[in-house]
Amino acid sequence: MLQPQFASVADVKERLHGAGYLTDDAIATTVFLADRLGKPLLIEGPAGVGKTELAKSVAAATNAELIRLQCYEGLDEARALYEWNYKKQLLRIQASKDDDSWDEIHDDVFAEEFLLSRPLLTAIRRTEPTVLLIDETDKADVEVEGLLLEVLSDFQITIPELGTIKAARRPLVFLTSNATRELSEALKRRCLYLHLDYPDAEREKAIVLSRVPEVAEQLAEQLVRTVRALRSLELKKSPSISESIDWARTLVALGLDTLDEQAVKDTLGVVLKHASDHERAATQLKLN
Amino acid sequence: MNGGGLLEREIAFLDALRVAGIQVSLAEVLDATRALGAIDLMEREQLRQAFSACVLKRPAHRTTFNTLFDLWFPPALGDSVAAEFAEEPQLDEDGDPMPADPSVLRELLKQLLLEGDEEKLRKFARQVVSDLGRSDSAPGRQSWFSYKVLRSLSPETLMASLLENLLAGQEKGGLAERVARQTINERIRQFQEMVESEVRRRLAEDRGVEQVSKNAVQPLAEQVDFLRASRDDMAELRRQVFPLARRLATRLTARRRLGRSGRLDFRRTVRASLGTGGVPIVTHHRPHKPHKPELVVLCDVSGSVAGFAHFTLMLAYALREQFTKVRAFAFIDTCDEVTRFFTPGGDVADALARMSAEAQLVWFDGHSDYGHSIETFAERYPDAVGPRTSLLVLGDARNNYRATALPTLRALVQKSRHAYWLNPEPSAYWGSGDSATAQYADVIEMVEVRNAVQLEDFVQRLLPA
Repeated sequence: MLQPQFASVADVKERLHGAGYLTDDAIATTVFLADRLGKPLLIEGPAGVGKTELAKSVAAATNAELIRLQCYEGLDEARALYEWNYKKQLLRIQASKDDDSWDEIHDDVFAEEFLLSRPLLTAIRRTEPTVLLIDETDKADVEVEGLLLEVLSDFQITIPELGTIKAARRPLVFLTSNATRELSEALKRRCLYLHLDYPDAEREKAIVLSRVPEVAEQLAEQLVRTVRALRSLELKKSPSISESIDWARTLVALGLDTLDEQAVKDTLGVVLKHASDHERAATQLKLN
Repeated sequence: MNGGGLLEREIAFLDALRVAGIQVSLAEVLDATRALGAIDLMEREQLRQAFSACVLKRPAHRTTFNTLFDLWFPPALGDSVAAEFAEEPQLDEDGDPMPADPSVLRELLKQLLLEGDEEKLRKFARQVVSDLGRSDSAPGRQSWFSYKVLRSLSPETLMASLLENLLAGQEKGGLAERVARQTINERIRQFQEMVESEVRRRLAEDRGVEQVSKNAVQPLAEQVDFLRASRDDMAELRRQVFPLARRLATRLTARRRLGRSGRLDFRRTVRASLGTGGVPIVTHHRPHKPHKPELVVLCDVSGSVAGFAHFTLMLAYALREQFTKVRAFAFIDTCDEVTRFFTPGGDVADALARMSAEAQLVWFDGHSDYGHSIETFAERYPDAVGPRTSLLVLGDARNNYRATALPTLRALVQKSRHAYWLNPEPSAYWGSGDSATAQYADVIEMVEVRNAVQLEDFVQRLLPA
């Protein structure tokens, strides 16, 4: 059942790096443990720090298929687990000859053939390496968490008509959350927990450089420092890594090689997305 | 220090976490133990991360966790690793074995802060603590103090020359300076934390971990009393206003969705019945229209309770969509409407600054006068409080022994739908000294709101499902 993908923490680091994701000790150790202990990993943190990206990179690094369940308000069993294909079932019943007994049809109609597999069931039934990404768990309703509990603790799904389906091979599960609401204790207890925050200056610079190779090192350093200064202000939405990367791309596209007042003023819209944040940054950084 | 193996140490550490208010369930203890078997125990950071992945489920607890981890799993014992940096200053001192010359160390610190190498800085912190932080409190007993280290090195005063170096010829003022200042501040704070953690480690070696861990843990920002919050605490709280408001809002929508739905939606029901041959098997309902109260906040913004008032005003404005209307009035010894400073999408901190600068809040001597303020409020804004209004009065009711205007407040309370008085003072102090809490409590429901957690509870009660 449990087939670990990574040999050591260093191995995680190296292979994720190969997949284009720069980790630090914290991330690498947690991913390694999730893989070793076969437990789901709950990743929380502000938007744009690379939560989803981490899951994708792990899938790429382990040659696993990524199955993604995007959560939203109103997500239910039929979209997350499985659904009976009732149109096909109706067809089957209508096509049956008169001498077919009810029992036969009944057994027939509730067979594999009529089952529509949704992400959770698909992930459980796969025999090849799989990464299951349950994205933005906090957006889903509280009931969905209950639904996830069976899947995440025992890696099995019970379908009344077919019985319990056990995982042939445990998928590596990642749950992400923006912490718009507190997830239930029961769910948290079943998961390992990783809080992804804005990285330290060194790593952020490395990330910007690896994502936007055209940018000069000097400029990247300046950019990262400026972004950190912006984060220290009390803003509604602090700029995240993805915004640093966008900013670097913008500067490259504009052909700027240094980040002076004028450049910051012209391109601030890339990193700050609220009018009030703009004003605040402009006055505090004395851009006017 | 207690002896015993890794398992005992782990259990004791997890126990210390529980004492500090972090809930650790048995299942999580088991996970942590299994995790220890999987990692390389010689790597301290891996160990830290293994614990944090298994038992630390809230980002707010991270500081507490790190402090305790450093105590229970110290990075070094005694002076062991400190020797590395001792070499350089030793040469300056002509081979003198006591290199504790602050000016040399200061120069070294400046260099390290400029480089920003975390590992070197940590080793340096370890050395200066063992050089400068020791004090013999009694014969045979020694103690360790971070202030001794920080005072003799005073890293803050290095700012000017560091700034010069980092700016490297760029003009002062403006963006470059602000960014450099930020970088330096960050490193200095890092260094101070390293020193403090190092001092705790040395103390723990002398006195036992349990003793030190009890005092080392600071309360979480959301549990800090408003009246005692430091500037850092308030900044941290302000940062949490929007996440808090968002959390409250989602919780409210969830609660509303669970509640009864509204009247039958005839059109949608008939439309849906087509799928079942015209039999309306599933009925559809219009969404329930939530009742949204009007909020009127009347708050004391005089020095002692300003922090509390600011935080509550920010929260009220962050939750604006949950109310049909929010009006804010501020007072010290007279009252003025401050709603105009809070524009949608505007910066609330800015609004608060403008409010204190521009609003007419002082009439006589600038000391709290609840009586006069309430009278003015009722007189100048008779239309503010109506039958749909939830009235919130914020303040500690410390009235400087002045008139209380009880009948006016009673009339206001009767006119409103709900009325609450949020008092940031602990209820044990109510009615002591010049506090008019006892009188006011007769006419209005008095609620103790000392910290953000209590405020969150109150807001949930205020907003109907």
